[in-house]
Amino acid sequence: MTTTTAPADIDRPAPEQLTIVPLRHYGRWIAALAAIAALMGVAGSLAKNDNLHWEIIGHFLFADLIFSGLVTTLWLTAASMALGLALGTLIAVMRLSSNPVLYGMSSLFVWFFRGTPLLVQIIFWGYAAALYKYVMIGIPFTDITFFQIETNSLLTPAVAALLALGLNEAAYASEIVRAGIQSVDTGQTEAAHSLGMQPALTMRRIVLPQAMRVIIPPMGNETINMLKMTALVSIISAHDLMSNIQAVYAQNYQVIPMLVVASLWYLALVTLLSVPQAWLERRYGRGTGRSGHVSPLRRMFAGALSRPARAKKDTKEAVR
Amino acid sequence: MNVPMVHAEGVRKHFGKLEVLKGIDLTVERGQVCCLLGPSGSGKSTFLRCINHLDRVDGGKLAVDGDLVGYRQSGPRLHELREREVAARRRDIGMVFQRFNLFPHMTALENVMEAPVNVLGLPRTQAKDDAHELLARVGLGDRAGHYPAQLSGGQQQRVAIARALAMKPKLMLFDEPTSALDPELVGDVLDVMRRLAADGMTMVVVTHEIGFAREVADTAVFMDDGVVVEAGDPRHVLVDPGHERTRAFLSKVL
Repeated sequence: MTTTTAPADIDRPAPEQLTIVPLRHYGRWIAALAAIAALMGVAGSLAKNDNLHWEIIGHFLFADLIFSGLVTTLWLTAASMALGLALGTLIAVMRLSSNPVLYGMSSLFVWFFRGTPLLVQIIFWGYAAALYKYVMIGIPFTDITFFQIETNSLLTPAVAALLALGLNEAAYASEIVRAGIQSVDTGQTEAAHSLGMQPALTMRRIVLPQAMRVIIPPMGNETINMLKMTALVSIISAHDLMSNIQAVYAQNYQVIPMLVVASLWYLALVTLLSVPQAWLERRYGRGTGRSGHVSPLRRMFAGALSRPARAKKDTKEAVR
Repeated sequence: MNVPMVHAEGVRKHFGKLEVLKGIDLTVERGQVCCLLGPSGSGKSTFLRCINHLDRVDGGKLAVDGDLVGYRQSGPRLHELREREVAARRRDIGMVFQRFNLFPHMTALENVMEAPVNVLGLPRTQAKDDAHELLARVGLGDRAGHYPAQLSGGQQQRVAIARALAMKPKLMLFDEPTSALDPELVGDVLDVMRRLAADGMTMVVVTHEIGFAREVADTAVFMDDGVVVEAGDPRHVLVDPGHERTRAFLSKVL
């Protein structure tokens, strides 16, 4: 038989006197120190390396030519992503349609633009005038023309770059959006339909907002990729950051320092992009209860620096 | 002439080679509560889904309030309706699902307001007032700002009922509304349904709650293997069934 009275033992405190000691991860601290030491070593050796010509990097980092290239890179990224996302969403919906014509056309689009190299597509749009001297809209096999323009004046390098990047992105974005749409439970569509909502309204109000949660992380990836892929349009001299960097090192032969300037700017922009992504993820994570992700780094320092604060925060989370 | 709310004649439905409904005849009069019972796979949920065209009827005639579901008749032909027309007919048929299917990205209030604002074009302020009133009616006046994930199953299902009622339906369909709930939460949902029935709502309810069916239903329908085995007064069908299959089912669930 078990007894309810505790044996008279000094080593056994009452249950309410017990303190919980969290597991200490000493290995992590040692590894962190080792990593920091290694990083400082690398940074120090880079700083002392004269072949990098830090004075040239410093001189060009904030040069006007670089800034004008940055502006082009930024708007090209934004516009291409906007075009890619809008067209990609349309194509995703077409691919999920029960209409065989829409399905066929969208599949053909994705097949072509995903199946040919982006560099080739950029060159194709940049030199489209070599294929067709004029762009005209009219009725085929007749002389009736509503609109005619010289290809070169329509497809300036900037427009060609936008079309190439945007259409290529649309093919990839459509697959991401399609995956997002398919991740939403069919019960949601049924509920919306049972309320008398039509398919288009259901897609816009019910399915897409929920699909966003799945769409945003890979689209963040795509945006970062796009920012760097704009460098490819230097081949048709669209005056983006990379084009201008190339123009400089073609004159001063300081290839490595100029590429460091480019890399620093691309890194800075990519870092900035994580801010709107985090905001969007929170925005579309509403109602899921898993909207906030706490990085292991933050957990590590929260644990080390403010143990009681973390406990309080956890209970607050639990109550919410 | 008094048109019945739901009228089914020889309704058939198959998924591929599997015949799920093998000729269902059923009439639900205005203001009546009809409970569909039967073992799983008997076709009762499929029949319910056919009533608002979530599943397409493959044969026979199914009409709600005199209008064919999903089709327009001209002579001997049934023409399939366009999405827009189907949606218009669904507006005044409310449906409550086993797994609630609330919109998780909207609060309880927004869930209830969604269709009146975006389908009926009601002004937001009016839809909001109506939604608050409906949530109060299902006992959730203080939960308007909560997201579905912050509500219990029973509360979610009551929000779902309020959401369906917001369209002021003439017919309510319930697809096993309490099957996904913890036992202690079933009562609240059944209470709301009881009050709805008492207010004169026409209801078709697929359920395993024999007690509820006995107490509230005007007609109990026992289905098995795609056919109606027997239908009639629940005090008869569910207490002293005339058919062996009904008796076997009842002895298992009671």
